[in-house]
Amino acid sequence: MNIELILFGAFALLTLLSAGLVIFAKSPISSAMSLVATFFFLAGIYVLLWAHTVAVLQVLVYAGAIMVLFLFVIMLLNLGESTSTGPRLTLSRIAGGAAAAGLLAVLVVAIWRMPERVETFTGAQAVANGFGTLAVIGQTIYTKWLLPFEAVSLLLLVGMVGAVVVAKSRI
Amino acid sequence: MVPISYYLILAAALFCLGMFGVLIRRNALVVFMCVELMLNAANLTFLAFAKQNGDLTGHVSAFFVIAVAAAEASIGLAIVIAVFRSRGTVNIDEIRTMKH
Repeated sequence: MNIELILFGAFALLTLLSAGLVIFAKSPISSAMSLVATFFFLAGIYVLLWAHTVAVLQVLVYAGAIMVLFLFVIMLLNLGESTSTGPRLTLSRIAGGAAAAGLLAVLVVAIWRMPERVETFTGAQAVANGFGTLAVIGQTIYTKWLLPFEAVSLLLLVGMVGAVVVAKSRI
Repeated sequence: MVPISYYLILAAALFCLGMFGVLIRRNALVVFMCVELMLNAANLTFLAFAKQNGDLTGHVSAFFVIAVAAAEASIGLAIVIAVFRSRGTVNIDEIRTMKH
């Protein structure tokens, strides 16, 4: 039992627990707070995957910016407890649960039957390559992925202008 | 060393939880949050395969997914505000104008 496996197990368990709380929480505020916790635990798993930069982006952009936007909108709309989240078993819930369980079963079987590959990429090699560091990822983005990067910046501008246009009652 | 399939199974479970939430919750904001869960499951898969192959393309894809999710959240929440202003509700059962 090595430390990596223990950390993975703890983070995975906490991620699934808080993701379940997002779905089953009564009020949207507690859903949002559980989602923040989910993002933090996922960032821990990303660090285990040698993705330090993505983990930092996860905390800054997801847990920071996007969730603040969500909380702001929830409080702006002043939504109280949602009334329709009792423990009733409606037809749509049973169908939704069956669909999700079916998809999970298919995915797990597919992953199980995936051809086993010997992992040659070890930690020492990753450290030598600077794998997952901001410098190396930045170099990749600005050389191989420059056009998609610029397209994303345009997309964010369009999203910003569009949000103002849609949410404003009269311009 | 944790096998790559553990990460993939965690991502599959997270994706199915998000899908379950989208299917059963009726509050538009919570549905959006569940979509974010599904996007994160996709990111986790990208990063797991990036580690397996020692290739940075997965990291770049995760970066783009995060940027697109930010744009999606801003537009989606603006639409929710606009709908709430005209209908007074965010319950997606009561918003059925586009249902034939």
